[in-house]
Amino acid sequence: MNLHHTAVAGTLESSDVLVTVSPGESGIVLSLQSTVIREFGRQIEQTVRRVLEKHEVTDCEITLVDHGAIDCTLEARVECAIFRAADREDRLPWR
Amino acid sequence: MRNSIGREIPAQFLRGGREVYQGPFYREGYIYQKAAPSVRASVSPRASKVVSSLTEAIIKCGLRDGMCVSFHHHFRDGDYVLCMVMDAIAALGIKDITICASSLGDAHTSIVKYMEDGTITGISSSGVRGAIGEAISLGKLKTPAMIRSHGGRVRAIECGDIHIDIAFIGAPTSDCTGNARGKGGKSDCGVLSYSAVDARYADHVVVVTDCLVEFPNLPASIQGIDVDYVVVVDEVGDPTKITNATLRYTTDPRELMIADYAARIMRHTPYFRDGFSFQTGGGGPSLAVTRFLRPYMEELGIKMGFAMGGITRPIVELLEAGFIRMVVDAQDFDLASVKSVNSCPNHVEITTAQYANPLNKGAFVNRLDYVILGALEVDLDFHVNVVTGSDGIIRGAPGGHVDTSAGSRCSIIVTPLCRSRIPTIRDRVLTVTTPGETVDIVVTEVGVAVNPRRPDLLEALRDAPVPILTIEELKERAYALVGIPDPIRFTERVVALIEYRDGTIIDVVYQIAE
Repeated sequence: MNLHHTAVAGTLESSDVLVTVSPGESGIVLSLQSTVIREFGRQIEQTVRRVLEKHEVTDCEITLVDHGAIDCTLEARVECAIFRAADREDRLPWR
Repeated sequence: MRNSIGREIPAQFLRGGREVYQGPFYREGYIYQKAAPSVRASVSPRASKVVSSLTEAIIKCGLRDGMCVSFHHHFRDGDYVLCMVMDAIAALGIKDITICASSLGDAHTSIVKYMEDGTITGISSSGVRGAIGEAISLGKLKTPAMIRSHGGRVRAIECGDIHIDIAFIGAPTSDCTGNARGKGGKSDCGVLSYSAVDARYADHVVVVTDCLVEFPNLPASIQGIDVDYVVVVDEVGDPTKITNATLRYTTDPRELMIADYAARIMRHTPYFRDGFSFQTGGGGPSLAVTRFLRPYMEELGIKMGFAMGGITRPIVELLEAGFIRMVVDAQDFDLASVKSVNSCPNHVEITTAQYANPLNKGAFVNRLDYVILGALEVDLDFHVNVVTGSDGIIRGAPGGHVDTSAGSRCSIIVTPLCRSRIPTIRDRVLTVTTPGETVDIVVTEVGVAVNPRRPDLLEALRDAPVPILTIEELKERAYALVGIPDPIRFTERVVALIEYRDGTIIDVVYQIAE
């Protein structure tokens, strides 16, 4: 999937994550800030990379400010952000 | 050396007779000689104790490098005394001081710089929150901090494990001889329970007040016969901050559900009869339990014999409505409780020694039927952690948790299953503060687990309208939701010792890896 511009999804509330994605040039550049980083940082990064791979996003900058979102929330926010960045409004997987 | 719950205590901390934890009642019958202070006689009838500044009092008491000073936390987040005293000590260039506090919190953030420059090299406290906890966890204190429960602090002082050279006692009112009370003045905190032991066991006692009243200031919590100097300052604290962030009157439906479950459990246990006794901790769901009790007491036509604590408005309201015969008070969390202890004859101040010292002969915690307590983490052995956060950093307070859990007939932990992504119920707690042998029931929003050591309670709750699960099932529910947490990385250096209330070592905390 090609990203056209910067897009965000999510909030800074507890148990949520704010995801910002921008088109990139050389691979995935991931920046993670999380209140649960010591116990879940590795798993959060794994989940994010899996979602990007699933949607064939190969080059992007992605920034996460996480306040303890569980995996399903994280997936949903990342998907939403990349669909917004790609201006994709139909054929959404949850429709 | 491993202690009886399998925690490894490095041998270097087991010198001078210090032992590892060996069960909650290991020290039954223990014989010890009480410590005694070296004091200076004050014979001249006209000598004045009132001095013009903290600095003058510090010099007159002869504070030197390596000594120990003590403080109470009745002013909670509004306390000015500790920082004022430490500023004065630092300005005199005195180093290597140990602080023996009943708790340290956000009001004391400014002393972190004294941990860094060697003014403060030791800490003994029943609670360490905020920036100080972070500084300890990052290894900024020269010696490991000693974390003691409220009862354990009294015990350590009375046994001479820690000797206080100068006790600085902030007091809302004092007369010129140091008869001091928690009542009256402009920084009214109700009681001075934590300081009673300091006044009797410290070599020097300095009362710090912002309201000097006419002699005699009676009935006094701190007796003038124990006091060396009285210092009058502009303000000892900010009374509006006596109520701090830990004291929430929750509207969170999850917390209310947990509190509702806990009250239903109490209703179905055999101790819920006329004259029962009760205490709650200061967290959201714990406090909320009190509000669910009244209908059950009305239904059965019973009254509470005594409530203890940590007093808060919900308890005061039950007292005023005639549902409690006596409130026994070792600390006031809010202005309603301060007002009540100042005016209601059935609301009485006790010392922390009376409240919780495990070695004395009449600790009030031993007369408790129920205690409702919070937790940062609970594990499959029912061990509770109330000291280290999920990031490994010290951020909590055993306070009376350990004491009431051991003393009560039925200790109930109320906690959400998870906090954001952090599972509360887990395989193994990071730090054991309260041993599972003293924890009876764990209540979460998805269900209730009863400690297998208490088959009697499990049987009693068979018909209670609450979902009963095992602790393993609770943990599985938590992990299914959030995943399995990775282990936190620490260095080899011990930054804090967790002392059980009887003086044995139950666990240690390591410095966090950057």
